[in-house]
Amino acid sequence: MSRTTVASQRPLSPHLTIYRWPITMTLSIAHRITGGALYVGTLLVAWWLVAAATSPDWFATANAVMGSIIGKLVLLGYTWAMFLHAVGGVRHMLWDTGVAMEKQVSRQTAWASLIASVVLTALTWIALYLVL
Amino acid sequence: MVELTLPKNSKIRTGKTWPKPEGATNLREYKIYRWSPDDGENPSIDTYFVDSDDCGPMVLDALLWIKNNIDPTLTLRRSCREGICGSCAMNIDGTNTLACTKGADDINGAVKIYPLPHMPVVKDLVPDLTVPYAQLTSIEPYLKTVSPEPAKEWLQSHEDRQKLDGLYECILCFCCQTSCPSYWWNGERYLGPAVLLQAYRWLIDSRDEATGERLDNLEDPFRLYRCHTIMNCAQTCPKGLNPAKAIAEIKKMMVERHV
Repeated sequence: MSRTTVASQRPLSPHLTIYRWPITMTLSIAHRITGGALYVGTLLVAWWLVAAATSPDWFATANAVMGSIIGKLVLLGYTWAMFLHAVGGVRHMLWDTGVAMEKQVSRQTAWASLIASVVLTALTWIALYLVL
Repeated sequence: MVELTLPKNSKIRTGKTWPKPEGATNLREYKIYRWSPDDGENPSIDTYFVDSDDCGPMVLDALLWIKNNIDPTLTLRRSCREGICGSCAMNIDGTNTLACTKGADDINGAVKIYPLPHMPVVKDLVPDLTVPYAQLTSIEPYLKTVSPEPAKEWLQSHEDRQKLDGLYECILCFCCQTSCPSYWWNGERYLGPAVLLQAYRWLIDSRDEATGERLDNLEDPFRLYRCHTIMNCAQTCPKGLNPAKAIAEIKKMMVERHV
């Protein structure tokens, strides 16, 4: 009789690298990452408010940083992260009541929230440019 | 814990490319995960060519064709070959499913086959399912009662019986269990979609009288609440069941008994 494998010697089968990501899985991790990014974005807003309360010079500096190309890109990303996370939050709230969990529906709401977040971000920035 | 890379002994080497069958004109390429406990080597991906004209339509047919015609050492579990036993669950073309009900024609390009993800491998496509079986045992998947035993069967109305539809069909293939990233990272403590679907199957059974006890057993940050509705379970189930929905219903029962 051959010896059996010691359980600890067994290799672990591959997972993340070989799994074909369904859109729902992608949106799930995006929800987490945007949640983390919102902390950083909110810090930026807080910094802007503190600068405004400190002195006109500080406020001018903060405005210059946020008004630069990189600053605007960060703010654009922050806006998108906020909308994706907000729409994802609604999705999670629906799931907590047990609805919209069907295989196809969950895929559709995943795509819908992705599209909605992009559209809402675009509308917000277009509106801002028209107003300012 | 989240692990993005495989342990040292699990990293995959390039394996052997087996010769093409002679005289065959309709070849299909298969890339299959191999690991043997006997040679001390790391796992590898072997490449095989199957003569589609001489082989049945399903991925399981191709695996058995390889075993019969090219490489008898290729190791896998299979039994019923019609999607009811759950033995041939594996990762095919990036998704967990049953080899016997997955048509090779549904896949583009080379057919890539791995064992169920993030499990210890016994050999080739055979994962060690000890932990999920122990987890299944822990939820006591059988009728529990305190009332005196009836003279005949425990009766149930048609309406109550219908509540088990979408649950009793589970064949425990563990496709969903091993598709779940939460289970990958916390499989020692999170019960996982397959086991929680079974738990709900007994929670919702009108004949069962241990509902409170069962819920007590699940009230835990890990056992139940590691489900973050990633939804891979519902996407991958080869029987079209929805473990995520069953888990959501358990979470609702938890809330309902506190209000």
